[in-house]
Amino acid sequence: MSAEKPRSPAQYAPLLYPALMLSVFFIIPFGTMLAVSFFHRVEGAFYEPSFELSNYARFISPFFGRALGFSLLLAGAAAIVAVTIAFPFTYMLTRMRRRHQVRWLVFILAVLSLSEVIIGFAWATLMSRSAGLSNILVWAGVLEQAQAWSPSFPALLIGLSYVGFPYTVLVLYPALSRLDPELPEASRMLGASPLRSFFRVVVPVLRTSIISALIMVFVFNLGAYVLPQVLGKPQHWTLSVLITDQAIFQSNLPFASAMAIFLMMVSLALVGVTLMLGQERRPAR
Amino acid sequence: MNQAGRRLFMGIVLLALMAPLVVVAGVSVNAKKELLFPPRGFSLGWYLELLTQADWLNAVRNSLIIAVLSALLAVSIAFPLGYFLWRYKVWYARVLFTLGVAPFMLPPVITALGFLLFWVNAGLYGNMIATIISHAIFFVTLPLVTISLGLESIDRQIIEASRMLGADDRTVFRTVILPMVRPYLISGYAFAFVLSLNEYIVAYMVAGFTVETLPIKIFNSLRYGYTPVMASVAVVFVLVAILVFGLIARFGDLPKLLGAWSSRETT
Repeated sequence: MSAEKPRSPAQYAPLLYPALMLSVFFIIPFGTMLAVSFFHRVEGAFYEPSFELSNYARFISPFFGRALGFSLLLAGAAAIVAVTIAFPFTYMLTRMRRRHQVRWLVFILAVLSLSEVIIGFAWATLMSRSAGLSNILVWAGVLEQAQAWSPSFPALLIGLSYVGFPYTVLVLYPALSRLDPELPEASRMLGASPLRSFFRVVVPVLRTSIISALIMVFVFNLGAYVLPQVLGKPQHWTLSVLITDQAIFQSNLPFASAMAIFLMMVSLALVGVTLMLGQERRPAR
Repeated sequence: MNQAGRRLFMGIVLLALMAPLVVVAGVSVNAKKELLFPPRGFSLGWYLELLTQADWLNAVRNSLIIAVLSALLAVSIAFPLGYFLWRYKVWYARVLFTLGVAPFMLPPVITALGFLLFWVNAGLYGNMIATIISHAIFFVTLPLVTISLGLESIDRQIIEASRMLGADDRTVFRTVILPMVRPYLISGYAFAFVLSLNEYIVAYMVAGFTVETLPIKIFNSLRYGYTPVMASVAVVFVLVAILVFGLIARFGDLPKLLGAWSSRETT
């Protein structure tokens, strides 16, 4: 029974239900969102059908520009931090004995699945005055008295890198676990130090994987919604927070939809670039 | 890097990953309603409150109902889809697969807003059914990927052999395919279950004001003050996740499951 073309209509039966569910509950919501992004907002009610670009025109404002700029900066910075730590980490992980590897993977998955709310709360506690890290510095005599480190930009950046880290590990894991172990070994035999062989052999070979991971984590970070509110100040609100704010609290669904469509375009373009990088890599493997 | 340097690096990463969890576990046992670490006194009362106070118990119940049912629904969508794509060769297979993976790839707020609009129009905004179906669609990616992986791992020669011995499509499905895919079905369910339990933004946008799940409840409490019950929920969630993924690792092949999870070239 190798893969064949379906011949009779009955063979399409298994497709019916999933296709129906995904069309109704995924394609229709997206179509609705696209349509609403051109609709006219009605105060007090939700919206009325029309075709106007005013929701998109609102992008050309310092308010939106600042939020967009900050979202991109934050997502980029956190992606760089996460990949910088996750790459050597995942490399060492894949060189471990299987039993240890599995333990680490269970832990990484547990952290990955944790709600952004819980991680935000945990880091806010860790950075707080009464229960935070600064108490250790007081105890060690570095600080005079305990300080609150959150909300602040560094707290937000650390929190977001924390959320992105397990995701990055899992994105890098397949490529790194498939890396031929003889490759770094050969360079070691030729006299390269472990550090040198890592930076001169492993990193260049996996260049495309690293770039794909950076983009994937960047898109993942763009979705951060809870952390900017818990660990950041109002000026640290990202596009995701603004979209929700407009949708829920300002009841401006057309403007929220326009922003969501814009965010989707940016994300899709970036995911597309990643897919193209993957295609390029294929003949070389 | 030499052995010692390697150990040091891994140790630091472990410490950084553990630190917030340890502090949360610490504050969850404070004797009084204070945010203190190290904890003053010891009390497990906050865990008890989670199970006795009506509003927290309600959130626990909502979260569990949503996670159990939405994961079931996600698997029910993913399984026939994955089976069809594996069994037959069609030109639009990639389109269908992408459709199943897309909800998970985009920033969640986008999908969440789409659901919000849909449920407002369907008249079910604020209803738990909306949360369940939205989560099922949002997390359909996870069982779809694990099930596709499971089907790929079936040796086609086994199926060829059973057909030669006279088994029809239904018998092959029931006696060969289903038993071999079962572990992947279960892990797909488990992934969807744990992530649904932890999901915030979709649940909030679709029914946040009426159907309070645990993450929504924590976030609301976070805004209006502090209670150690939040910390105890966090600890319970960490333990549940470790238990579920530990079981998957115990009875399945976790590295293999993850090795193809995000690798596009094999899917």
